[in-house]
Amino acid sequence: MTDFTEIWSYLSQGPLLWLTATIAAYGLGDAVYRASGRKPWVNPVLIAVIVLGFVLWATATPYAQYFAGAQFVHFMLGPATVSLALPIWDSRHHVRKALLPIAAGLLAGSATAVGSALGLAYALGIRGETLISLAPKSATAPVALGISEALGGSPTLTAVLVILTGITGAVVATPLLNRLGLKDWRARGFAVGVAAHGIGTARALQVNPVAGAFAGLGMGLNAVLTSFLAPAVLHWFL
Amino acid sequence: MIAALLPLLLCQLVGEAVSRALHLPLPGPVLGLILMLAGFALWPGLLNRVRPLAQGFLGHLSLLFVPAGVGVVGHLDELSRTGLPLLVALVVSTVLAITVGALTFAAVARWTGSRADIE
Repeated sequence: MTDFTEIWSYLSQGPLLWLTATIAAYGLGDAVYRASGRKPWVNPVLIAVIVLGFVLWATATPYAQYFAGAQFVHFMLGPATVSLALPIWDSRHHVRKALLPIAAGLLAGSATAVGSALGLAYALGIRGETLISLAPKSATAPVALGISEALGGSPTLTAVLVILTGITGAVVATPLLNRLGLKDWRARGFAVGVAAHGIGTARALQVNPVAGAFAGLGMGLNAVLTSFLAPAVLHWFL
Repeated sequence: MIAALLPLLLCQLVGEAVSRALHLPLPGPVLGLILMLAGFALWPGLLNRVRPLAQGFLGHLSLLFVPAGVGVVGHLDELSRTGLPLLVALVVSTVLAITVGALTFAAVARWTGSRADIE
């Protein structure tokens, strides 16, 4: 038993254990997601977060110690954000053909996402760091975390709110847009990408390829626009 | 791999440095994204150098926010108080944003006569 305790205390001090645990938990979440037939409410990130949260609690490991290992994954968010230039560049012929609808849909969708979230949360009594953390919820995670941090929010809280926003968008998009009677796949995909980033884009790709391309474009453009809009809109509420 | 990683990291590095130096509200990596777009326009060869690695990052985007997501364990007390109003704001706002964004796109597309490609 002392052997086990010694090995545990050695491993839990280095980055290897929690880095491996992060990849393993995500692998498990992804396997469950595939087994469910890729249902949008069975989200691999949410599963991984719940599993790891439980393991940290059960082993009494502080988050800072976990993050010392997991930061190697976390660091990749920066280069991944720069990589978003690729889908934007690839859809430049769509942009040229539908410049005005894209610009109008982006402004309206992005402003509604930031404005209505802050307005509602403020009306329901949410203030301070929690309110700031909610502002970039529709932007893709790496960008949202950067915005939250820069404005004085909590990046860890923002991460969870971003994931929940993505799941909400992926689940409601198809029934909502059908009820609105919208048949333009460009409009449907684009709005979902703007409001529900990567998780919404993954869902749009399953439904229709044109919707998927426009969702990827919406996600990329909204990442840039939210960086400007979130601080501006937040200013009214602080 | 190195040929692809270097431009991505360079764009991020320059983005971070400029964003800090000029006190921009834009996160460094977002400025890096804009620089990368400019790079694609200026050097056509850059696109195929960066593509495989960039697609790798984008394919596993959701893995990358697990470490930050686990940080919710530090917010459980706070969420037991603010969780419900936060969730209401989040769900209603997401439904509104999809509705407004899609209707605006479709309306402007009709006015300007922009049609969908048949693909």
